[in-house]
Amino acid sequence: MTALLLPFLNWYDFDPFRDLYNWLDKQVDPWLVYLISGIIGCTGILTFVGLGALINVWLERRIIGRMQVRRGPNRVGPWGLVQPVADAIKLIQKEVLQPDLADSRLFNLPPILVFIPAMLSFAVFAWAPDMVLANLDVGVLYLLALSSITALAIFIAGWSSNNKYALLGAMRVIAMMISYEVPMVMALLAPVLLVGTMNVSGLVAWQADNGPLAIFVPLSLIVYILSATAELNRTPADIAEAESEIVAGYHTEYSGMKFGLFYAVELVNSLAVSAIMASLFFGGWALFGIDDFIPAWLIFILKIYVFYFGLIWLRGTLPRFRIDQLMGLAWKMLLPLSLINVAVIAVEVLIWEEGDFGSWILAPFALINIALALGLLMLFFRLITAKLYRLPRRVILVRDIQVPNLPAPQAAVALQPPAATP
Amino acid sequence: MDDTAVVIAFWVMAVLTLVSALMVAMVHDLIHAVLFLILSFVGVAGLYVTLSADFVAVVQVLIYAGAISVLMLFSILLTPRSARDNAAVSYAAPIASLAILVGIVLSYAAVETNWAKNTNEFGSTAREIGNALLDPYVLPFEVASILLVVAMVGAIILVRPAEEAARADGDQA
Repeated sequence: MTALLLPFLNWYDFDPFRDLYNWLDKQVDPWLVYLISGIIGCTGILTFVGLGALINVWLERRIIGRMQVRRGPNRVGPWGLVQPVADAIKLIQKEVLQPDLADSRLFNLPPILVFIPAMLSFAVFAWAPDMVLANLDVGVLYLLALSSITALAIFIAGWSSNNKYALLGAMRVIAMMISYEVPMVMALLAPVLLVGTMNVSGLVAWQADNGPLAIFVPLSLIVYILSATAELNRTPADIAEAESEIVAGYHTEYSGMKFGLFYAVELVNSLAVSAIMASLFFGGWALFGIDDFIPAWLIFILKIYVFYFGLIWLRGTLPRFRIDQLMGLAWKMLLPLSLINVAVIAVEVLIWEEGDFGSWILAPFALINIALALGLLMLFFRLITAKLYRLPRRVILVRDIQVPNLPAPQAAVALQPPAATP
Repeated sequence: MDDTAVVIAFWVMAVLTLVSALMVAMVHDLIHAVLFLILSFVGVAGLYVTLSADFVAVVQVLIYAGAISVLMLFSILLTPRSARDNAAVSYAAPIASLAILVGIVLSYAAVETNWAKNTNEFGSTAREIGNALLDPYVLPFEVASILLVVAMVGAIILVRPAEEAARADGDQA
């Protein structure tokens, strides 16, 4: 009886592939086992990402619907669950248009190119203690490098469309990317300094021992969230596709499934950002020892979706920034904040290393950092911003063009009957 | 098996790098040239991966493909007349012969040098590079950062509108 129950008693240790690998290891060469495990891992991750994109369409539309006091899609299938499939079929059937003067060699590239970094970023996450597809030593840098390629693909889309609005969107993306890359790298430097590794699974393992990094480096978490939402082009910061200003920005000219890919990649990227937040700041698969009783990957997926809900919430709540506000946020608020953060963390790490303290010293460090984060946020976002953003300010990108003075408008003229022609 | 895979990866990356580098000089559209340059950077990053230099490879993508090429794209966008034209220079023949000469010298040096074979296991390179930058090579590192700061301050002074500069100077006086 006990033997029969055994698989169920430790069901949290569910790993059907372990036996397969152990059996294969005896039969064939190691490189073949490596290849097979790689193929299985890739298939699993691609399935998760593909299904995630479908489910996220439904989640996003339903939750935003609820937040805006309407129902959202509810006709196709129970609770509208099959709506994403219907959407996809509709998009595939649509005619794919291409502008006559578009750069045809580049025009078809971005919908594919934009998907590659989104998929690749899922390779380095630690789904469970021994469940990492690519255990890179430079995992954090790898994630940052991929996010810069996304912006490049979006730029190609805007440029090759040969459309003024698309080009404006592309220029905004490039400007935004240059601005937000800097605070983002600086924000992720602090946890890397504290833990002493750039390996994502190493960071998660450290957090399983010492508690989530969010309490040790709260300032980097806040800077990362703000700059990640900007890099995602989601609503509080979607100036690149701002539909009320520049039609649809970089994907104005894309129709059918090409547009569908742009739409899907936004959801996949939000999933990736949620996964980065979950594994770098909130302990990944570790959850106060509960991961001994529930499959660790289930905890990780749950955490991803908690942060994804946060992103949807942000989108449903906040209006769009103006472009100068968004640029100012990056350079005047987030960059100084993250520089202060890195300096403080570096001093703390030095004290920790040189003073030969145990890990108990992390507790006072956490208190200091939380107090510092609250104080600095108050200082920057209450005192300084209030003065800076009361009036709209113009961003001077190019020297002003002198417009000759127009005659002052005269209201009465239009109302008078036209003078008799001589 | 590992060796075969590495050799295949090396040839794929080498051909990608060289062909796209050649295309940078051949295509007429300047934007296309920059995009080929990015492809070339990515190919070089792939070559670094085959050398087990993972940190350098990722930084190559982050800095060159991500930041420097974006800077080039931005400057091309701000000079619209040059964006469509990458051709018609009168120095094409001398530059091409110079490039071929440099290529011949470099390949000769690479073939003739008696390269030492590293048999050590490669560990994590990021930590080693960090220690090297801040311990034996700290002076060049700091000099490079001062140079960058000077360049940045100079750029800010150059693009500052005249009236704003006058106002700021008036405040100081």
